[in-house]
Amino acid sequence: MTAGQQIKITGFFICLIWLCLSTTADAAEWSGNISAQSRHFLHASSPVNAGQHDNYLSLTAEPEFYHRWDDEQQSITFTPFYRYDQHDQQRTHGDIRELVWLKTFDNWELKAGISKVFWGVTESQHLVDIINQTDFVENIDGEDKLGQPMIKTSIERDWGLIDFFILPGFRQRTYAGIEGRPRSTAIVLTDLTQYESADKERHIDYALRWFNTLGQWDIGLSHFKGTSREPILQPTLIATFPPTVIPYYPQMEQTGIDLQATIEDWLWKLEIINRHWLNDHFYAATAGFEYTLIGLFDTDTDLGIVAEYLYDNRDQYLTTFFEHDLMLGLRLVLNDEQSTEALFGFIIDQDSHETLMSLEASRRIGNNWKIELETRLFQHIDKTGFLNMFNKDDFVQLNLSYYF
Amino acid sequence: MNHAIQKLIISWCTILLLSVPVQTVADENKGLEIAKEADRRDTGYKDSTARLVMELKNKQGDTAIRHVRVKNLEVIGDGDKGMSIFDEPADVKGTAFLTFSHSLTPDEQWLYLPSLKRIKRISSKNKSGPFMGSEFAYEDISSQEVDKYTYKYIKDEVLNGIDCFLIERYPAYEHSGYTRQLVWVNKNEYRPEKIVFYDRKDTLLKTLNYSHYKQYLGQYWRAEKMHMQNHQTGKSTLLSWFDYAFKTGLNDSDFSRNSLKRAK
Repeated sequence: MTAGQQIKITGFFICLIWLCLSTTADAAEWSGNISAQSRHFLHASSPVNAGQHDNYLSLTAEPEFYHRWDDEQQSITFTPFYRYDQHDQQRTHGDIRELVWLKTFDNWELKAGISKVFWGVTESQHLVDIINQTDFVENIDGEDKLGQPMIKTSIERDWGLIDFFILPGFRQRTYAGIEGRPRSTAIVLTDLTQYESADKERHIDYALRWFNTLGQWDIGLSHFKGTSREPILQPTLIATFPPTVIPYYPQMEQTGIDLQATIEDWLWKLEIINRHWLNDHFYAATAGFEYTLIGLFDTDTDLGIVAEYLYDNRDQYLTTFFEHDLMLGLRLVLNDEQSTEALFGFIIDQDSHETLMSLEASRRIGNNWKIELETRLFQHIDKTGFLNMFNKDDFVQLNLSYYF
Repeated sequence: MNHAIQKLIISWCTILLLSVPVQTVADENKGLEIAKEADRRDTGYKDSTARLVMELKNKQGDTAIRHVRVKNLEVIGDGDKGMSIFDEPADVKGTAFLTFSHSLTPDEQWLYLPSLKRIKRISSKNKSGPFMGSEFAYEDISSQEVDKYTYKYIKDEVLNGIDCFLIERYPAYEHSGYTRQLVWVNKNEYRPEKIVFYDRKDTLLKTLNYSHYKQYLGQYWRAEKMHMQNHQTGKSTLLSWFDYAFKTGLNDSDFSRNSLKRAK
């Protein structure tokens, strides 16, 4: 049994007991959503990626139980998540996004359980955001995260907000299975995962973050010590078809800065990290802006222009495609009753000209339904480049969700 | 004779020329005094909480509902701090806005997105944009400080049987969607009864009617219903306020970044 499974099972029982105890309590509420997703690939899959399909249907459920008591000074949140995928056994998966107890005191709070944390300001990638592992089978944009076991204390004063984290228990990144798409040509054998630390997935990580607002500046400084959330994918020595790789999670230390200046309708953004791992160190940065044209052509529509430059000075153990890349995006917000929004963006690699294009649009239907469209296109793919594995994986996805 | 008429005309003209600015200054002062008195009477509640139901209606009569919880903290000498937490529609449940409003310098605003656990500092320049797709702009629902406008008293007028001062006010902050607003202020209670908004081209845009006023703590008047009619689009929004509470003991730590994350 992996740490993740243990956490899930323990969590499930804690919650069951809790729910039994609290059925009569007031201020307890269920909310959440269920959704159906259809993903359609525009091209036949690459012959080297045997086993893939052109259409994928999947269903998700993400209910949330929330209860607070003690004059709202204490609360518990439980958010299980499950996805059933028609073809991909790895994408058919469950997770506890949150199972957390929170106690608030004057100017400080204590949190214990499984939870999710976000750090940073940029849109194209989230360098500074390090606490939660990516739920990569959900979407290749890396926005979906797995629940992370943590004990967090948070102190908020005039000089800012300090969060200190103890992170017991490591979550492995999820990867698509043999029938999954998009996926890397090599299958990631997550059962054979290796760690630098002898404590493996039981290694205890630590993180510290200071955050403050000084006028129009929002500043964050963070430090993390523990198991890298990004694995190095090592080829196995056995010749198999399809080829296989084993994830290796090294230990690392990372210092991060995130900065945003909010000046009128301009948001200036910067994230920098310095990471020490594998007897080496490197810098990576994202810098850019978001400019909003408010009330376009005398309507209620806002048009945001996002531009970010992505930099990474690694020459080995590259785990990302973003080395010297430019991201350009247009965000259209209609500000209507249905909260209609669209984000069109592309990221171009300056050296190889490989291009990743995406369109995300959403709209509410009635009071409880929401429809989302997502398209990802891979252009000018270099046969030796990082994105080659996604060469034939242009897709259009429709998501219909019911919220309660 | 001619000379005398000339003198008379000149003196009358002088009086007129002098009296126009004098009268204007007097009207401006009276307008400002009314606004100050209204502000004085609404000061000292320390903090407030309330539940808000918004009913958005389009031209065809289709409705959409929003449920919001609102918290306010009075800040003496500056704009108030405010937090709005969304309960409905369900897809935005837990989304929260934190605003530190200021009289003349830009407000500071943060948005919390619960699905991403992400706090975003957002531009406060967007004062004229619609709040949650409604006919209320951000500037209509933000804290109303005296310094945010300049004023002019127009006349006394009876509105629906209520004795009112009719004043005109002009936004003194940047990026307003309005050139001016006509405000009917209740003479006895110094509370707004009606506001008419004129857009940037000085064309009639919206009318806001306050009704079902209730007094709290023997001093503070709050309208339970606020109806905004947009004359240009035919759309309207009705705000219904419930469960008003004052002096509930909120403080700065209830309007912090951490409180934004645990707002739901």
